[in-house]
Amino acid sequence: MIIVPCPHCGPRNSVDLRNCGEVVNRPNPDTATLTEWRTYLYLRENAAGWVSETWYCRAGCRRYFTIERNTVTNEIRDQS
Amino acid sequence: MPQHAYKYSAAKLLRHGLTRGTWPRMWRQPEFKDTYDVVIIGGGLHGLATAYYLATEHGITNVAVLDKGYLGGGGSGRNTAIVRSNYLTPEGVAFYDRSLHLYNTMADDLNLNVMFSRRGHLTLAHTDSALRTMHWRAEVNKLQGIDSSVIDPSDVKKEAPSLDVSPNTRYPILGALFHPPGGTVRHDAVVWGYARAADHHGVHLHQQTEVLDILCEGGTGPEGKGPGGKVTGVRTSRGDISAPIVVNCTAGWASLISNMAGVPLPITTHPLQAAVTEPTKVFLPTVVVSGSLHVYVSQTDRGELVFGASVDPVGTYRVNGTLEFTEELAGHVLELMPGISKMRLMRQWSGLCDMTPDYSPVMGFTPVEGYLVDVGWGTYGFKAGPVSGETMARTIATGKTDEMIAPFNLSRFTEGDLVGEKGAAAVGH
Ligand SMILES: Cc1cc2nc3c(=O)[nH]c(=O)nc-3n(C[C@H](O)[C@H](O)[C@H](O)COP(=O)(O)OP(=O)(O)OC[C@H]3O[C@@H](n4cnc5c(N)ncnc54)[C@H](O)[C@@H]3O)c2cc1C
Ligand SMILES: [Zn+2]
Repeated sequence: MIIVPCPHCGPRNSVDLRNCGEVVNRPNPDTATLTEWRTYLYLRENAAGWVSETWYCRAGCRRYFTIERNTVTNEIRDQS
Repeated sequence: MPQHAYKYSAAKLLRHGLTRGTWPRMWRQPEFKDTYDVVIIGGGLHGLATAYYLATEHGITNVAVLDKGYLGGGGSGRNTAIVRSNYLTPEGVAFYDRSLHLYNTMADDLNLNVMFSRRGHLTLAHTDSALRTMHWRAEVNKLQGIDSSVIDPSDVKKEAPSLDVSPNTRYPILGALFHPPGGTVRHDAVVWGYARAADHHGVHLHQQTEVLDILCEGGTGPEGKGPGGKVTGVRTSRGDISAPIVVNCTAGWASLISNMAGVPLPITTHPLQAAVTEPTKVFLPTVVVSGSLHVYVSQTDRGELVFGASVDPVGTYRVNGTLEFTEELAGHVLELMPGISKMRLMRQWSGLCDMTPDYSPVMGFTPVEGYLVDVGWGTYGFKAGPVSGETMARTIATGKTDEMIAPFNLSRFTEGDLVGEKGAAAVGH
């Protein structure tokens, strides 16, 4: 079980949330080339280690937030 | 197999059984050379099959397969061994069907019993939309000469009498896609068969050899990596190897290897879990998959029920069993087969899967010359092992992308030309 600390709801089982994957910078949709846009959509670093990632608190406050998780141990630490 | 190969036969089995003699090792422990024509990273089914076809079909034998652990220690030794070809896209169907053909003759070709059991494959529909996708799949399949059709609940009951097909369940069974040529194959035997045959043809299999870096020159990224450059070799835990061709067959670890060449992949790594029950008398003749219930089940020759599901929702490199999985699995399986509620689960395990956005693999050349990939196998790469090896070997030997794998090139993501297989591969592997 992975316990995710939602900044609004406190610690919750990860099944109550949705993992939206590593943080990727969205290019400006007005100026991005198709290649840049698709790179943003599909390509991922998929690193083994500490990763900044986005979660969506599906069954709680329904807000998005970012945390750091170690993808090898599933330990979580505060972004700050 | 060449002359010096130790041939397995019924007579040898009898003799060994009577004399209790030791069997010869299946493959050698070769010397570690510092140069090869082809280096394959990953000693799973895909890496081994590629090496085998390079050696047997193309005479390219100066080949090393490197694995950081042991052969078959990744997904190849952890899967639920289901093979089938009733996919959704024409590209997918043609590809997986070729693999089934190779599985048909594999025991002879590799001189090892891989226990192919063509028991038939049922994908249940519990909703109108699922039934619609199944009709779509059946039509695509039939057009390509594949035995695949939609059957109604009474016929489902004939194929798998233990299923509850009554309309009174929470998710009544409305029909199923029936695919008689599908079945199961002994996964370890396939790994050992390819390893043994590749070894006999001169391929070097190096276990306990971890790739730490991919050496490149001329690329636009740091250290000459990245697009426009070319591969010169690999750095391993046992020293450097120079090689003009390096192939990434590392499935769940594929991104880590590819990043070493400066070629990011459209992949995230998720664990997939499976479980088996205690053995009982054989009562389930086919493989049964339920997309809506996120579960599939088959029974081994020994009588254990093998269960699987969709991948864990959180991407991670950590493989451990979770209670969420077991709980959900048990609930859903009992919806389908209420009669097995007293059976006990014996084991549960997990393996890493390299998931792509369109549920199709990533194969062939990349923007770095000499660096090829055969990855993105997600939860369906066991059935595809033989054809992947065959087509990757042909691509390497000819220097031209094999026609069959052209749709699966990495460039499809930047060109926006995806091959959507989610409808046929999300739960049933
Ligand atoms: C529980 C489960 C059930 C499944 N069920 C099915 C099924 O029913 N049908 C189906 O078709 N597919 C199924 N699959 C998927 C299938 O198992 C995989 O797609 C397939 O085994 C991938 O094979 P591979 O040879 O590409 O990779 P793997 O067998 O995963 O081999 C990759 C190898 O790379 C090695 N490696 C990694 N990093 C390095 C490094 N740095 N240096 C050296 N070596 C490295 C690893 O040690 C590993 O041995 C299932 C998977 C799982 C986990
Ligand atoms: Zn919350």
